[in-house]
Amino acid sequence: MSYNFQFGIVLDALPDLMQGAALSLSIAIVTMAVGIVLAMPLAVGSWNGKGLVTFLSRSWIELARNTPCLAQIYFFFYGLGAFGIFLSPWLAVGIALCFNNAGYLAEIFRGGLKGVNANQMKGARSLGFGPVGAYRYVVFPQVFTNTFSSIGNQFIWALLNTSLGALIGLYDLSGVAMDYQSRTFKTFEFFLAIAVIYFILAKLVLFLANRFKPGGARHAA
Amino acid sequence: MIEIKQVRKSYGSLEVLKGIDLTIDKGEVVAMIGPSGSGKSTLLQCINGLETISSGEIIVDGVSVFDKATNLNHLRRKLGIVFQSYNAFPHMTVRRNVTLALTKVLGVSRDQANAIAETQLQRVGLLAKADVYPTALSGGQQQRLGIARALAMGPSYMLFDEVTSALDPELVAEVLATLRQLSAEGMTMILVTHEMQFAREVADRVVFFHEGVIAESGPPEQIFGNPKSERLRAFVSRAG
Ligand SMILES: Nc1ncnc2c1ncn2[C@@H]1O[C@H](COP(=O)(O)OP(=O)(O)OP(=O)(O)O)[C@@H](O)[C@H]1O
Ligand SMILES: [Mg+2]
Repeated sequence: MSYNFQFGIVLDALPDLMQGAALSLSIAIVTMAVGIVLAMPLAVGSWNGKGLVTFLSRSWIELARNTPCLAQIYFFFYGLGAFGIFLSPWLAVGIALCFNNAGYLAEIFRGGLKGVNANQMKGARSLGFGPVGAYRYVVFPQVFTNTFSSIGNQFIWALLNTSLGALIGLYDLSGVAMDYQSRTFKTFEFFLAIAVIYFILAKLVLFLANRFKPGGARHAA
Repeated sequence: MIEIKQVRKSYGSLEVLKGIDLTIDKGEVVAMIGPSGSGKSTLLQCINGLETISSGEIIVDGVSVFDKATNLNHLRRKLGIVFQSYNAFPHMTVRRNVTLALTKVLGVSRDQANAIAETQLQRVGLLAKADVYPTALSGGQQQRLGIARALAMGPSYMLFDEVTSALDPELVAEVLATLRQLSAEGMTMILVTHEMQFAREVADRVVFFHEGVIAESGPPEQIFGNPKSERLRAFVSRAG
């Protein structure tokens, strides 16, 4: 029995695949941006907050990092349904990935915070910055520089994780491929094609990240 | 005027300040000397509320530093501080180091902030370095940047914590020159220092710390020329 490869079908589907890829990329970008904003207070709270703040931020980080991303997506899609809240696939995936990214990024930032000298905080406070301003203008810019490559890796994870959305009917890159293969039965072709597209996107992200890496020369001691 | 009244401070079970009383008048230059670990840095950081106290009171121009109603961020603009270890912000240029708090804390426009930065950088002899990053500066230059950054906020008081102690000897002179110039301009200053010669020259009053108390204080001639306690005598002769 021989399988008849037909990549022509994939080429015909390319415009739809590209649209799916654009959706995947957009979700990754938005959930990373939101994740970074959320991860900053989470990192600080889990690191040197107190009481309830520490408990809640640690719980978030632990849950995000120690449960499957698919379970997180199912929770926001099916789980919330039990409480009468019904989210569309892209909203459920979006919220789940924000939650997931924030948890991983908070852990990354926690490490980065340790690398910023306590004197930097004192210096900022002595100039009249409150804690929020000191973190925002003085501490976190340095954390971002320290953790830049880890943030880039998390971006790639976020991009690949969007593919899980296909399981709840998201019409992202994987969703488009699933749809086409179920209609054409060209499973191998479609999944090979999207694997290549994911790979190219991930490498592109890495390339851009390295290209725009902040402060390479000036931080080299 | 800065009034320090019966200030005590402990780190856990270690009592670092054991009842400090000290008043600093406008225009005065007070030098704080004393052995390592005697509490000098701690007291300095209590004055602008970077460290808390266990009891007592610190009053700056009539405002109690540790009163709950006091806006510390606001009060700190009056109190410039330069630390022992350099703490320039490494992710921004020398110029931006100086303008950051002007624009983000005081709400000064970029143009105006840049003008202030240039004035202050000129004052400490760093204008030529305005557009480099702090890693390209020598230790002495970093300390002068710290001074310019603090001065830019228009403080009424300047607190210096051994700003020359981490410097190579040949860099000490340039920083001391900046301090000397400030004192000549009438700036009120508290300086913790190990440079006895310098303290003698610029200070109106010298305060000797020992194990969390002010063991002796007076004009420099008296402290260095005619120390009363054995401890101070020993300290002065050792410090040269
Ligand atoms: N954050 C801290 N936690 C615990 N102990 C501290 C802390 N900061 C300072 N100490 C202790 O408080 C005491 C006074 O320290 P401080 O830095 O004020 O001394 P100093 O007079 O400035 O000494 P030096 O001349 O070495 O700078 C020391 O015994 C020090 O170990
Ligand atoms: Mg000290």
